[in-house]
Amino acid sequence: MKDDWLRSDRLPHIFCAGCGNGTIMNCVLEAVAQAGYEMDSTVFVSGIGCSSRAPGYITTDSLHTTHGRALAFATGVKMANPSLNVVVFTGDGDLSAIGGNHFIHACRRNIDITVVCMNNHIYGMTGGQGSPTTPIGKTSTTTPYGAVETPFDLADLAVAAGANYVARWTSYHVTELTKAVHTGLSVPGLSFIEVRCQCPTSYGRRNKYRQPGDYITYLRSSAILRERWIRTAAPGAEVPGDKFLVGEFVRRSRPAMGVPDEA
Amino acid sequence: MQGNIACAEGALAAGCTFFAGYPITPSTEVAEHMAARLPARKGCFIQMEDEIASMAAIIGAAWTGARSMTATSGPGFSLMMENIGYAIMSETPCVLVNVQRGGPSTGQPTMAAQGDMMQVRFGSHGDISIIALSPSTVQECYELTASAFNLADRFRCPVFVMTDEAIGHMRERIEIPEHVPIIRAKPQKPGMLPFAPEEDGVPGFSPFGTGHRIPVTGLTHNEKGYPDSTSPARHEELVRRLVNKVEQARHEIADAEIVNPDAEYVFVCYGAPVRTVQEIVDRMKIPSTGYLKLKIVWPFPEDLLRRFPHVRAFIVPEMNLGMISREIERHVCVPVISAGKIGGDLHYPEELIAIVDQARSGRTA
Repeated sequence: MKDDWLRSDRLPHIFCAGCGNGTIMNCVLEAVAQAGYEMDSTVFVSGIGCSSRAPGYITTDSLHTTHGRALAFATGVKMANPSLNVVVFTGDGDLSAIGGNHFIHACRRNIDITVVCMNNHIYGMTGGQGSPTTPIGKTSTTTPYGAVETPFDLADLAVAAGANYVARWTSYHVTELTKAVHTGLSVPGLSFIEVRCQCPTSYGRRNKYRQPGDYITYLRSSAILRERWIRTAAPGAEVPGDKFLVGEFVRRSRPAMGVPDEA
Repeated sequence: MQGNIACAEGALAAGCTFFAGYPITPSTEVAEHMAARLPARKGCFIQMEDEIASMAAIIGAAWTGARSMTATSGPGFSLMMENIGYAIMSETPCVLVNVQRGGPSTGQPTMAAQGDMMQVRFGSHGDISIIALSPSTVQECYELTASAFNLADRFRCPVFVMTDEAIGHMRERIEIPEHVPIIRAKPQKPGMLPFAPEEDGVPGFSPFGTGHRIPVTGLTHNEKGYPDSTSPARHEELVRRLVNKVEQARHEIADAEIVNPDAEYVFVCYGAPVRTVQEIVDRMKIPSTGYLKLKIVWPFPEDLLRRFPHVRAFIVPEMNLGMISREIERHVCVPVISAGKIGGDLHYPEELIAIVDQARSGRTA
């Protein structure tokens, strides 16, 4: 069933061998199909970057827009026709650098859309420049001596900005990711799912994760379940620098915009 | 009624149901009026985080089939350039009102200017063509904004209402018609690909949610909408079509008034300076003067310049340092006298009469 959602005449796709984006697309389409979304009433929107190429491979109406602006375009689609289901694919650079303003305002408004961010810590399409999520010390073509800027925590940012549902998983956690997207689709308001994933070509190659599996092993071993951390960590303890939390960060029902009328 | 309000009312009469904008002097009354009026019509007003987002939102809304609009002024217009290019490349019908003020940069927020006439034509990167209207009365603010939506649908491109602070904040009595003509985009024909042009170079339009499953992109694309950005032939075919669908229709699109075609000294004017020219030619009846009043400036209707067989000089009063006068220069063999004026004041009749007198005596300014 899920295969129907893919445009086979667009193959071959542009993703490199070992890229995490295909895994994430697969999970999102699985969730969309499970949620009972119809192809003719679902719109995928994206900006610019590797992640943003995903909508073009999907058999629905789609809007592949300008760099960083996906959420502003998606806001127009959803507010003009709330009966459409709107899902946004974006990346760490697209969403949090050039699109950072649109990101916080879409969360604040709680536009009823689901946003999936493929966070590979790098600008992949332009050849591996540092992004706002490149960890301190990691190498990219624009941080040849190691990144020195403190990265964003995208999930925390979405929580602070007001999104009604926020989760983080990785390209290793496919079952949990699919469930999180499914939940996100059902929660009214903005649902944000950050997915940390491997970019062997542009990030792994320069940071000792040369094989795709190397980074997936890192993701598996460094992800700490947020619930467990809250239960077991000493009060006020910081998550160790090489680890990160996964799981559901928030689920709430603040006032949302663009929610279709039930009547 | 105020000019800015007339733009908003013209849009509403044309069936505009979506407005996204960001406050900026001297255009804000357009947004305020839409914010007050759209909810009762089950439309959507949304104040975005900036003009980049406003432009993005109206494009998104247009793809759901809504008639959508934004309004801004110079600094905001500069921010919109990126997504204006996207609207051109993706063939999205939408309307922008630019209430021009003095630039560059923050310039003169409360003073009139026409300094964005080249930016609207060439401001977004790449080879483009657009349609730009220029009202000179409050009545025309209403009428031209309403007709902008029909042009946007007909040609599937962004259409600009290039008003200015003087016209935008002017109050005049206007006549509101019972109905304005509404001509929507032709639908995509069965069996036609979503970006396959018909004879006029314009593809039929199918909004999202109607089962056509259209992939829209700002990349160079084929007729299916699929990216194909490395084929020189594909790019040339697409971009030439996007430009030609507007340029080749320029005589059909043209909307102008010709007064005294036998004149020797011919003013070419648009927007606020039209009013000074009318004072000189229509009321003071300065001998051997006439004018061409452009209600649509882009695409430029150069054939109308040939309707003055006895012309000795074209005089172009505009509230910039000579933008459209340059366009005229490349179409005619007689002298073109730029009467640019900036700072915010309209042209005084005696200033333009002095230019006519100088030209008559064989001297040019």
